Amino acid sequence: MTHRLGGGERRWALAILGALALLALLPAAVPREDVINFVFLVLLSITLAQSWNIVAGYAGQVNLGHAAFFGLGALVARTLWIGDTPVAVAMAAGAATATLFALLIGAAAFRLRGAYFAIGTLALSEILRITVGNVLVEISTLPTATIGAYQLTHRYYVALGLAALSVLAVAALAGSRLGLGMQAIREDEEAAEASGVGALRLKLIALALSTGLAGLAGGLFAFYHISYYPAHPFSPHWTFDALLMTFIGGVGTLHGPVLGAVLYVVLKEYVALRWVDFHLLIFGALFIAIVLLLPGGLVQAAERVRRLLAP
Amino acid sequence: MSILAQQLVLGLLIGGLYGLAAAGLSLVFGVLKVLNVAHGELIMLGGYAAFWTVALLGLDPFVSLLVVVPLSLLLGVGLYWGLFGFVVRADEETRIKNSLLIGFGLGLALHALAVLLWTADERSIVTPYGGSITLAGLSIPIVRLASLLIALALIGGLHLLLARWRWGKAIRATAEDWQAALLTGIDVRRAYLLAFAIGTGLAGAAGTLVSIGYSTSPSIGLEWTLKALIVVVLAGLGSMLGTFVGGLVLGVAEAASAAAFGGPYREVVGLVLFVVVLVVRPRGLFGR
Repeated sequence: MTHRLGGGERRWALAILGALALLALLPAAVPREDVINFVFLVLLSITLAQSWNIVAGYAGQVNLGHAAFFGLGALVARTLWIGDTPVAVAMAAGAATATLFALLIGAAAFRLRGAYFAIGTLALSEILRITVGNVLVEISTLPTATIGAYQLTHRYYVALGLAALSVLAVAALAGSRLGLGMQAIREDEEAAEASGVGALRLKLIALALSTGLAGLAGGLFAFYHISYYPAHPFSPHWTFDALLMTFIGGVGTLHGPVLGAVLYVVLKEYVALRWVDFHLLIFGALFIAIVLLLPGGLVQAAERVRRLLAP
Repeated sequence: MSILAQQLVLGLLIGGLYGLAAAGLSLVFGVLKVLNVAHGELIMLGGYAAFWTVALLGLDPFVSLLVVVPLSLLLGVGLYWGLFGFVVRADEETRIKNSLLIGFGLGLALHALAVLLWTADERSIVTPYGGSITLAGLSIPIVRLASLLIALALIGGLHLLLARWRWGKAIRATAEDWQAALLTGIDVRRAYLLAFAIGTGLAGAAGTLVSIGYSTSPSIGLEWTLKALIVVVLAGLGSMLGTFVGGLVLGVAEAASAAAFGGPYREVVGLVLFVVVLVVRPRGLFGR
């Protein structure tokens, strides 16, 4: 039995990857730092949102501790990289650490269902954040030589690569037997088990993929920022951002999180110029409206409009 | 030794507020099966309401409870009608999950709103009667002691309300089995509304006491939600007095761990207890 991506989803995958390919020309076409930084943020957000989308959108496990894995990726990558490890190796090690930690806690965490899994993972990530904040109080700043050689475009291309990787990963998953099993668990775990889906194994695979990508995104954060507090990437805001972007775009779809990420960053950067945190008010309200009225997010809204307009 | 004893006393005093904070969450979760993670933000709003009542009306800080609690009850009615009333129609699992998401959005919006309205500064209410009493070599701040007693009184009142009042019994019956309650002619929707309003009122009271004895700022929400969740997990559902004792236990445990591992780790002990209890009793923890 083979499973293929639906026509619509495959077109979306191609469209998104095409757009990302075009963005590769951006540094040459528009050599402006503000523009590059802005698109960088969009790309980082796409990776973060898609990574969360795998475990929450496809496998249906609302992980409110996602920041822990982003943070671990950042912590390990930063430490190794400053210690003269090549950045690619450092980021890979960060991702591996995040995944390893996820598998370590996964078996216990997945004894929890639904909302209990959500609050349990939230507590876990808070434990990590507080501990890291207590142990590493000093701000982490790059050595002067590294700052001197800092190239924004390098970060940009890494971000572009990761965003493409995250979209490819979700596209491959969505049409695969693995992904279908995950979606079966999301819809009804007991029914999925009864029809021969190994729920725990699939949930662990989803968590491993999701946290691996989150770890890579964290490594990118560590590669990008000149100085930050080591506890900052562990902040629950990273989880909340991922959740907002994914839900507003359309949870459990390929293009929803991409759409959500673009919208989120645009509004955040635009609104934050005038009113600090105002975007959170807008997104908080929008998020509630989506959960209550439109569980499929903007993707579903667009679908409805299209059906209305179609003859 | 006396330093340790002093810290434990302070832990006990704040533990009363943990208990009060958890009581509202526990009531709402027990009755509506709705997990309102914006409970901490409701506490934060209560703190601001008290702050402004004292600042603008010149009321005594503790008397401001008489303004803040009714306002919070009204807010609870509004939130139930506007948001959480829509969630209770779903089956239990969807209900918990959707309420979690709605509470999350609500908490985010309220936090942002508070920053816009009142800036991110910390505020606390200055009471005219500072000072502390000394008992067996331990210094007990009067304001915090009064807060603990008020919290205890509120929990006791709630306990009586649930035990004796007609609608209190209806609320308990609904928590037990809403279908059976419906069959015996109880207006389950009304019981939901009342429980949610009372839960919000308790959050307002907790917020008032927090801003009197400690301080409030837009970002205290998540911390208080977690404290309340920890206490609910430790104490289980069903008994308000048990929840209060759970709060005291958490306060003392935090103080003890701060003494053992250093102040910054006081937050960790509760979270670790929480995760352990969750994993050991993955389903039964909120049940009986």
